[in-house]
Parts: sequence; structure tokens; C-alpha cells
Amino acid sequence: MQSIIQYFVLLPFIGFVISLLIPRKNEKLLSNIIVYLVGLHFISFIGFVGYWLYIGHPLIDFKNLVLFQSSGYEFFIDFYFDKVTVVYMTVGSFLTFLVTIYCSYYLHREEGYKRFFNTIMFFYTGYNITVFAGNLETLFVGWEILGISSFLLIAFYRDRYLPVKNAFKVFSIYRLGDVGLILAMWACHHLFHENITFFQLKHDLLVNEHLESHTLIGIFVAIMILITAAAKSAQLPFSSWLPRAMEGPTPSSAIFYGSLSVHLGAFLLLRTYVLWEHQTSVRVLIGLLGLTTSIVATGIARVQSSIKSQIAYSSISQIGLIFIELACGFEILSLIHFAGNAFLRTYQLLVSPSTVSYLIREQFYNFVPRPKSIEDSFSKKIKYTFYMLSLKEFNLDTLMYQLWRPLKVMGKSLNFINKKNVLYYFIPAYVIGIALLINEDHIPKQIHDYLPTLFSFIGFAMVLKSYTERKNVHLAWVLIIMNHFWIALAISFNEHYMYTQSLLYLSGIVVMGTVGHFTIKKLKAIETHVDLNQFNGHAYEHPKFAFVFLLSCLGLTGFPITPTFIGEDIIFTHIHEDQVALAFFTTSSLIIDGIAAIRIYARVFMGPHIKTYHESAFKSS
Amino acid sequence: METHNSRRFNEHEAIHELRHFLPAQAPLKDFIHHNTLHAFQNLKWDKALIRAEKMFGYKVSLSLDEYRNLYKAKRIKQENLERVIAERKGKENLPLWLNKTLTRDYDISTSPRIGELRHFWKSQYHINLDSVTHPKIFRILCSYLDQGISIWKFPVHEKGFLTSLREIEKNSAASIFRSKRVKKLFQENRCEISSLLDILVGDEKLYKQYIFDQQFAHQGWSGMVCSIEDQPQSLLDPKKISLQELIILESLLEIDTLDSKLGENWSPLSHKLLGTPLDLFAPVETTELSEVLSIFQNAYEWTYYDNVLSGLKAVTPEPKKLATSFQAMFCIDDRECSLRRYIELNDHDCETFGTPGFFTVEFFFKPEHGKFYSKLCPAPVTPKHLIKEIDTKSVRKKDVHFTNQTHSLLRGWLISQTLGFWSALRLFLNIFRPTMSPATAHSFNHMDQFALLTIENKDPKDIENGLQIGFNVDEMVTRVEALLKSIGLVKDFAPIIYVIGHGSSSVNNPHYAGYDCGACSGRPGSVNARVICYMANKKEVREKLKQNGITIPESTQFLGGLHDTSRDEIAFFDENSLSPANQDSHKRNKLTFSKSLDSNAKERSRRLVSIDTHLSAEKIHEKVKTRSVSIFEPRPELNHATNTLCIVGSRELTKGLFLDRRAFMNSYDYRIDPEGKILTGIMKPLGPVCGGINLEYFFSRVDNHKLGAGTKLPHNVMGLFGVANGIDGDLRPGLPLQMVEVHDPIRLLIIVEHFPNVVLSTIKSFDPMYEWFINEWINLIAVDPETKQFFLFREGSFVPYEPISQIVETVKDMTPIIEKTLDNIPVYLVK
Repeated sequence: MQSIIQYFVLLPFIGFVISLLIPRKNEKLLSNIIVYLVGLHFISFIGFVGYWLYIGHPLIDFKNLVLFQSSGYEFFIDFYFDKVTVVYMTVGSFLTFLVTIYCSYYLHREEGYKRFFNTIMFFYTGYNITVFAGNLETLFVGWEILGISSFLLIAFYRDRYLPVKNAFKVFSIYRLGDVGLILAMWACHHLFHENITFFQLKHDLLVNEHLESHTLIGIFVAIMILITAAAKSAQLPFSSWLPRAMEGPTPSSAIFYGSLSVHLGAFLLLRTYVLWEHQTSVRVLIGLLGLTTSIVATGIARVQSSIKSQIAYSSISQIGLIFIELACGFEILSLIHFAGNAFLRTYQLLVSPSTVSYLIREQFYNFVPRPKSIEDSFSKKIKYTFYMLSLKEFNLDTLMYQLWRPLKVMGKSLNFINKKNVLYYFIPAYVIGIALLINEDHIPKQIHDYLPTLFSFIGFAMVLKSYTERKNVHLAWVLIIMNHFWIALAISFNEHYMYTQSLLYLSGIVVMGTVGHFTIKKLKAIETHVDLNQFNGHAYEHPKFAFVFLLSCLGLTGFPITPTFIGEDIIFTHIHEDQVALAFFTTSSLIIDGIAAIRIYARVFMGPHIKTYHESAFKSS
Repeated sequence: METHNSRRFNEHEAIHELRHFLPAQAPLKDFIHHNTLHAFQNLKWDKALIRAEKMFGYKVSLSLDEYRNLYKAKRIKQENLERVIAERKGKENLPLWLNKTLTRDYDISTSPRIGELRHFWKSQYHINLDSVTHPKIFRILCSYLDQGISIWKFPVHEKGFLTSLREIEKNSAASIFRSKRVKKLFQENRCEISSLLDILVGDEKLYKQYIFDQQFAHQGWSGMVCSIEDQPQSLLDPKKISLQELIILESLLEIDTLDSKLGENWSPLSHKLLGTPLDLFAPVETTELSEVLSIFQNAYEWTYYDNVLSGLKAVTPEPKKLATSFQAMFCIDDRECSLRRYIELNDHDCETFGTPGFFTVEFFFKPEHGKFYSKLCPAPVTPKHLIKEIDTKSVRKKDVHFTNQTHSLLRGWLISQTLGFWSALRLFLNIFRPTMSPATAHSFNHMDQFALLTIENKDPKDIENGLQIGFNVDEMVTRVEALLKSIGLVKDFAPIIYVIGHGSSSVNNPHYAGYDCGACSGRPGSVNARVICYMANKKEVREKLKQNGITIPESTQFLGGLHDTSRDEIAFFDENSLSPANQDSHKRNKLTFSKSLDSNAKERSRRLVSIDTHLSAEKIHEKVKTRSVSIFEPRPELNHATNTLCIVGSRELTKGLFLDRRAFMNSYDYRIDPEGKILTGIMKPLGPVCGGINLEYFFSRVDNHKLGAGTKLPHNVMGLFGVANGIDGDLRPGLPLQMVEVHDPIRLLIIVEHFPNVVLSTIKSFDPMYEWFINEWINLIAVDPETKQFFLFREGSFVPYEPISQIVETVKDMTPIIEKTLDNIPVYLVK
């Protein structure tokens, strides 16, 4: 019975692959296949749940596939099935089923009909993996897919400025959240010395012992998870991304940002409940975060004058309440609340265009010139201040912008890193680095201890430069590749036996880096204007290049399409608990290289086309 | 003050000019079609287009490739192309220009002048001003103007935009500004536009161009502000605002942004310019490319026009039969064109007419329990009468999904856990069994079918808010007489005369008002139909009409109705008032109507891919109805798409002609109007109404991104008055892609059945009307009623015109052609 679970994950993936293969022109065939597959998924899942309840709803853990194994380390895909899975999957499956039917009509004749269904199926694959995931590693696979497909859905209208800008904004925040997850995984390794499954967490008495003896690490893990959850569920201080994600077609905003995607933060907390349930301080923190978010978001929602941002902030405030419920340990309540909120907001967003005729009619018959609101009982000063703050979204969006500012400033100060210097200094430096590694035994210990940090710092500088590079696309690309090499070198000093593992890590980077390199080269041969100073929009003429380059970006950012993904995870296991600086530079590098790669993709291929021979939208629209 | 006078920047003049160029779209509920490029209408068509393109970067025609593909597909005929070239360039240059149009390569990229000046902020200061200021401005504007989305409204609003904002700023610990000097400027109200521009730009020669650049960076919002400033009554909750205030606020925010990035000491823009930016208003040169495009456009149009004219020639006028079963008046609207054809086909003894759908009765309407009046007549008219609805029977249903409670914290907590599951069910039903719901904008709800109307004025003192309630008998006579004369129905009355207005039903459609009757200010025409029928049925009115020479037999009765164009349903009003004899024939006529509506639905369905056009008309009709209430259907109907023609004349001129729902048709009898007095009344509104519709479709189609609203799928409703993409985008005036994608950008051709000299003096009698024709925004042909010769209006006079004749096929039944054709269908003669 356990093995059935994997088919639920497989089905959307098959749908995704098929959707890629159907010709663009064939709308009907495409939508029919998707609708039937998702329908089949929904119905068979409901059937399975019925059976599962009948046999007494046991917890199911299914170890699916061992992807990598070495002494003391095992990377495996694991699936898990409990009531949280049931609720999240039922809601997700039901809504996806209905919304795909909805979209098959709604998107008729839309440029990018196929791309839309590709992305939806990709998203749904990620959702399934995440919800069925039995360990953090599997969950992370799904999480990454969700992040990138969200980016693609928000930037669905990729030839306009704002969708691309906002998609990139949201992706950056997601990426920040991912770090929490990477670090949590890293800390868990050190805590349990294995890739522990959620099933074990729940049943293994060892877990509690471990947690109790390592409270600090325990708190660290919990806080990292909380950061990830807060970012995904648009809790403070990340909230401002959610309304800005409403750039795609209304139904996609409805299902993903109204319901499924945004509730996954709460899901993560539910999944990792055991890890933090005994840590009162963390629970208080979660509760306070939820409380503050729900109050602030309600305030912002009350002043919103556009329908989608109003629904977005209302949803955020309800998720804040879900966080409180979780902190209080009301698991069932939070599940009910999740389902209700997801249905409500999806429906509200779907019928949001009707607001005009409905509310105008209501107003026509029931108009009250100045309705009293609660705030009228406040003093003028408090009232106006609170209004102004709510109108400005409590400066949350500016805050998010400020967050990246230091990196930009640092990156800009690295102007000395240019094509020449890379060739003349950094490549030789790397060779020296390798030479040092070979002769590691001859290096005095005091120096040896600092080398990993030093090298990871150089890598970090590379990626910072790449992130802020405005002219040379090639340079930016090469710097990301080099960053990975420096990281590999840095960690190699840490432990001796891992050349093959470094190879595993770098294999994907090399392959995808080369593919990306040649894509840029070829594009540059055709197009005179390719830079990073503005959006170039080359996908308009070169959609195939765009696709290939997107794949290479994914490869370069450790997306689960190359062995690099596993390599990254292994690399982390070799960072010791006490190497805070190394861990910091490595994680930061990994976050920023993802952002930098997607930035290259966005700037070169997305946004308003730099050629003006065809109609294009105003920048502000 | 002396310095002020010597300044060359004249704020008032500059703003006046700016307003003229900004998009002029009213809030959504009053959506009225208009010429998108109205600001250029004082120029000849070709010149206007080139200028609009160069100044603002609009794409104003199809692309060269599109034209060439049309040529390959024979939708632009070689003969027509050659004729246009020969006329413009001389026969001797034909080969050269054929080569140019068909094969030569051109650089078709554009570089508009607008935005050039402000671009220096980015290139010289490395600051992207718009990305900081736009979201703030849009947010503040939207909150201030909001009609009912926000729960907590803009706290102060009585005193105008900036004063209100100042009041809030003064009493708030948080501010929209960061720079101290800007805060001070704003608080002390020392912010005249010119002094702010002194700080920002520094060279007053550039001020005008700067505010054009600034406001055209978000023309949607600026246009909306202008429109509300001009017509505050277009908002139910009126707001005081002006474009001047917007410019002040935006300039302040720009200074604020620059201050916070550069400190308070930065040099104004004019000091850092690299060369002088091109003058926005400088003359524009014609290019070879623009000539080629213009030749193609004309050849494209005349290929189609000639097809229609050939069709008109093919119609053999039959002696007019007396209508014995019924007569029916419909709106001039192009969507009624096919329905009339089917009605005439299904009942050979009837006669149909077309006239603007307010049926010459202009008034405000107040539904019972309504708090406002809605205007039911063409937009430029200001009525003096009020019609009230009383004694309604129906109850309005509510939908909790649109209520504020769902957005509050604690009630939201309860609601999401209870109502949320109800939403899931509703969603399920909405997808598998779409039905009418409170969210639907249903044309039949405009007026309660069974309520009473205060049509008759009992006492001249019966006045509400300056409006006379109802009409007195004399006023009724004037209107009924005007209506009957304008359509040429002054004798041979049938027993029943139907007066059918129209409206449309749709759901999830912020542009719903654009689907209703344009002659009723974007509302359904049901009340007007009922009102005119009441008048025409009134005994006293009939008596006076008789004195004026119009004798309506006592047995003749007028009956009002409303045609829902998306659902293809007709509701009749006051059916009980019919005499027993008429009751019987009405029953028969209803069958005719219902059969015709089925056929009409079937004809419409050929454009709707989700419906199989081969099904029976009844089945298709059911599907069409479902479609109008489906939340997932962005095209409840295709509205005015493909409109190209306007025919003013008797039905005999076009009877039996299949015009593919592309013609506005205004019935008119030249014989009772030898001097063209009635014609003037008919033709005056044709420019703004039909021309406006045609050109709005034209421009929204050729540049859907900049002149249209883009695809409607990501639209977000802003303050109930506009739509934008996402939450911080500019407002999107114009028509969404889904409304115009099947439209062929062809200028309106008006065909008038009268002697050319009469038509000429008619159009010359009113300058604004003449402008449409002399500047070629509308093409005009007069058909000599006696010789049937065509006369084309060109350069101020009518010249005989002979179309390049095309074969017009005669068929018995259009159904097979309708079933197999997705594109436009050429003219056919149905016999």
C-alpha cells in the first residue's frame, strides 16, 4: 500500500512532461490531458484517503529511492502520509483540479497558453513532493520547484516590466527563506548524524534526547525553519511580496498566492512540529510573530483600495492566526483554518473582477457617504499615523529593498573584478589553492584552519560581484561558476576523503555552466545588445535560448536536475558545527548565486524587449 | 510677481494642452466608447497617425508584415492596392510603389519623443525615479478616489486632494515624504508647479515637456484624474481632485526621492543634459514607410468597402410590402443587424427599423430604493426629466464573498472556517453548473419588469432636484413624432410595433458597461423602450400626432422590450396592455422572435470556439446562455468587434444582404426629409457614437498594449473605477484584448441614402460633425436614391465612385457558410 504514495507524486510529474511535449497550437489536447490527469489525481487520492481511513489511518513512511550513499551518509527520497498530508493534498488537489478546468477556458487564445500549463504542472509537481515529503531533503526538492515555478508564474507576462520585476523580488525573498531550510538541514545532520525522516522524528525517542542535550542547536533549527515558514507564508517582515505576486492571470494568483503556495509556511511548521514543540521560547516566538503579522496585515488590508491586494493582506492576517493556533498546539484547528482560508481566498480572487458590478450596484442602493469605522474612535494623531503607515504598508516593501542594499554596495565596491583580473589573478589563485590542497600536509595548522574561510570568502566576493554586474553577461555567469569552485576548494580543506564528492558537486556546475556559457555566446553572436543594465527581453525572439538558459541557471543554482543538488547537501555535512564563518559564507554564496543566476536570466531574456519594432507595453503598466 | 509674468512657462496653458492629450476614459461604470486619439482629430487622418506615433510611440496601424500577409491572403486585393497607388502616386509610379509596398525592407523600430527628457534621470543621475514615486502616487490616488473597496476610507476628503493630504500629514507621525525640505514645502503650501520645476528641471523652456514626460509615464492615472476633475458626477462618491494637484504631488515626490538619494544639493536636470532633447511638439516628417503603411491601410479598407458596395448594387429593390404582422424598432447597434435579418427571414410580413437605442426619450432614471439617478440618453445630453420606478416586486440578492467582514481579523477567522467551505462548493458549482448569481451583471435587473414607472407628469410643480418628474403630453408628442419621422415610419402602421432596447449580461467583467447600450450612457435600454411605448400608446398623444399629420390607427399598439445581446433573450414589458386581438398575434410573434434569437445565437457562436457551431440552434442557444454566467469565460460576447459600416437609409437598400453583424443601421426615409433636417439630427451623433466605437476598437486592436487595456486576465480592480495589471501598475484605459482580437482595423464607412448635395450641406452644417469627414476619420458615401449611383466624399466634395466590382454570391441559406467559417464572411445575398 505504501508504494501507492509515489504514484500521486508521479502523476503531476507525468502531466508536466506530457505538457512539455504537446505542440503549442494544440490548446484543446493540452488542457484536456491536464484536466483529466489532475482529475484522476484528485479522485484517486480521495479514494485512497477513504481506504486509509478504513484501515485505521496509520502513519505511512515510504523510503523511495536512495540517491547517494557513502559511509555515514545517505541521501534518499522519502514519502510520508499523515493527516497533515491528507488535508493539504485534498485542498491542493481539489483546487488545482477546478482551477485547471477554469484556466482551460479562461486562457483561451492567450499567448503562452502552453507555457502556463507547463508552469502550473511544474508547480503542482513541487506541491506534491513537498506535501508528501518524508524528510527535509525531499521537502527541499519540492520547495525549490515551488520557488522557481512561482517565479515563472508571476513573470508569466514576461514582456512587461512590472511582472518581471516583482517576480524577481518574490524569488529573492523565497531564496532567503531557502537558506533557513538549508541551515536547518545542516544543523539536523549534526544533531542526528543522519538524514532523519519525519516518521523517525515522531517515533524515535532518541530525538527528544538529542534535542534536550543540544538545546542551542535545537533552537537554531527551529528558528531557521521559522524564517523559511515566515518567508513562504508572507509573515512579517516579508509580507509585502504577496500582493506583488498577483501579476499573473487571475486564476493562477488565486490558487497559488491566494491559497496553496502561501499556506506552505504553515505546512512546514506542522511538519516539523516535533522539532520545536518542546521549546517554549520558539513557540512564544511563533505566536508573537503570528499575532503581530495578523494585526499589522489587518490594518494594511483595511486601507487597500485594490481588490487583489486587499484579499492578499486579509489572507496574510488569517495565516498569522494560523501561526498562533500552531504555537498553541491546536493542530486540527489550524488544519481546518487552512482549508477554509484557502477555499475562501481562492474563490474571492476568482470572482474579483465581478466586484465592480456587484459593489457599484450595492452602493447604488445603500450608499452611506462617510461610514464610521473603528478607527474614528482613535485620537486624530493615532488615527492618521496608523492610516499613513498602513497606506505605506508599514514600509515593509522598502525594508525588503533595503535588505539587499548592503550586498549591492559591497558588490559595487568589487569593481576591480573584471574579465582581465579574473583571467590573470583569480584563475591562477585558484590553481595555487589546488596546489595548496595537494600539499595540504605541509601547511602549518594555524594557516590551514583559516584557509576554508578565506577561500569561501573569495567565492562569496565572486558571487557578490556577479549579483551587481551591470555590463558583462559572460563575466557575471563565469563568476557564479567560480564561486562554486571556491566553495568546493574551501570545503576540501575540511575533510580528506571527499574528492569524489566534490566531483559530484561540481559535475552539474561544469555541465550546466558550459551550456549556459555557449547559450550566451550564441545569443551575443546574433544580438548586438546583450547586457545586464536593463531588461533585454530576448525571449521575444529567442524563446528556445531562453528555455535552455533557464535550465542552465537551474543547474547552476543546485536545482534537483543535476547531481549538484546532492553534492550541495553533502558539502554542507562537511562544515563543522563550530565553523560559523564558513557556514555563513557558504550559505550566503548559495543564496546569492541563485539570485544572481535568475537575475541574469531575467535581465537578458525577460522584460520589455529592447527592440521596438513591435507593440510593447508601457513600463508602468 | 513680475518675474512670473516674464516667464515663458505658462502653467495654465501647459496643463490645458496636457489634458487634451491624456486618455479620456471615464470610470468603469460609465464606460463610453470614444476615439482614442481624439487629441489628433483636428488633423487629417494620415498626418494625425504619424504625429501620434512619433510623439507618444503608439503603434497606429497594422504592421507591415500583417498587411503583406493580408495581401497574400487576398484580403487586400491587388486591384485595390493598385488603385490606391495610382491615385496617390500616379499610374507611372505603380511598379515602383508596388515594389515598395510588397517587398522592400524597412526599419520599423520606433523611438518616441515622449520620455526622452526624463530619461536623463536614469542615464545621468542613475536614479530610477518612477520605480520609487509611481507606487506611492498610485496608492495615494487610488485610496483617495476609491469608491468602495477599502474598509477604512481616506480619512479626510472634503477639501480637495492636496488639502486633505496636507491635513493628514500635519497630524500624522508618519509621512509620505522623507526629505525635510519637501515636508516643509508641502506643509507651508509653497508648491507651485513652476517653483517645483525650478528645483527639478531648472530651465523653463523644458517645463512643459517635462510635465508631459512626467504625466505620460502613467497616462492611465493622469487621464482618470482629468476625467474625474471634469465630471465629478461620474463617481457615485464624488471626489475633488485636479491634474494640477497630481503634478504638484508627483513633483514633490520626485524632489523627495532625489533628496533622499543625493542630499539636498543636486543640480537640476537641465544642467546635466547631453544635448537638447527633441522638442516633443516639433513638426513630424512623413516617411516612406508611413506612406507605404497608409497605402496598405487604404487598400485594405477599400477591398472591404468595395465588397459591400458591390453587395448594395446586387440588391434588387422589391416593391415595399405592407407590414401586416408587426413592426419592430431596434437599436442602431451592430449587434442587432443579424437579429433583424433573422426576424425578417422568419416572418415575411414584418418590418424592422434601426434607431439609436434611447428612442429619443432622454431622462434620468431612479430605480426604487436607489440613492442615485442614472442617465439614460447619449452622454453629451443633459436631461431635464426624471423617471422613477415604483412598486417593485423583486428583491436584490447578496453575496457575502464581496463583503468587508471577510477582511476583518476576528470575523475573518470565523468566516474563513465556515464560509470557506461554502466557497469550495460555490466554486465547484460555478465550474460545473454555472448559473445566474448576485455577481452577474444582468441586463434584466436594470429595471424591475413588473414595476411601475412615473412616465406622465401630473403637475408641472412635480420637481425633484431640479428635474421634472415625467413628461407632459406636449413633450411626449415632440418625442414620439421625432422618433417616427427619423425612421420614416409615418404611415402604414402594423397592429403591433415593438420597441426593443438592448443590454448585455456578463460576470467577472469589469468592462460590463461597455457591453450595454451606448446611446443610453452604457446602460440597458429597457426603461427607454417602455417609456416611449407608453407615450406612443397614449390617447392624447395620438390625437395631437394626428393633428400633425401622423395617424396611428387605434388598433395599433406599441410594446417595449429588451434584447439581451449576450444571452439572446428578449423580455417584453406591459404585455397585459395589449388588446385581445394583439395578444393573439403577440403570441405568434413571440415564436418568431424566439426562433430568430436561436438562429442569432448560432450565428454568433461561429466565433466562439468553445461552442460547436454544427449543433442545433436551440442547443447552441442554451450554451450561449450558460456562457454569459460562467465566471471562467472572458468573452461573454464579442460586443462591437468587427464593426465597420453604418448605413443610414431605408431597409430596402440592404434587405437580404448578409453583412456579418458589421453594420450600424439607422432607418431613414429621404422622401419625408428633402432638405435633410432630420438627417442632421441623425448624423450628428454618428461621429462620436459609431465613429467613437469604431476608432476605439481600431486603436485598441492595432496597439493593444499602449492604446488598449492589454489582456484582461491579470487585471486587478482599482477603487471600482478602473483596472490595472497587478497591484502597482498604471490604470489601463482602452479595450482589453479579449474584446478586440477578432476586430479588423477598418475605419467606419457611413453610407447615406440621399442626394449628395443634401448630404454635403448636412455635414457642413455643424463643424464638429464636419471634422470627422473632412479629416477622414470616417469615410462617407452618399447613394443617390434615384440613380443608385455612389458618391464618395473626398476633400470637401462628393465625387462619383465606382467600386472595383466583386462577385456577390446569392445563397438560399447562410447556415452552411456560418457553420464552416471562423473568419469574417464576405457579403452574400440571401434569397
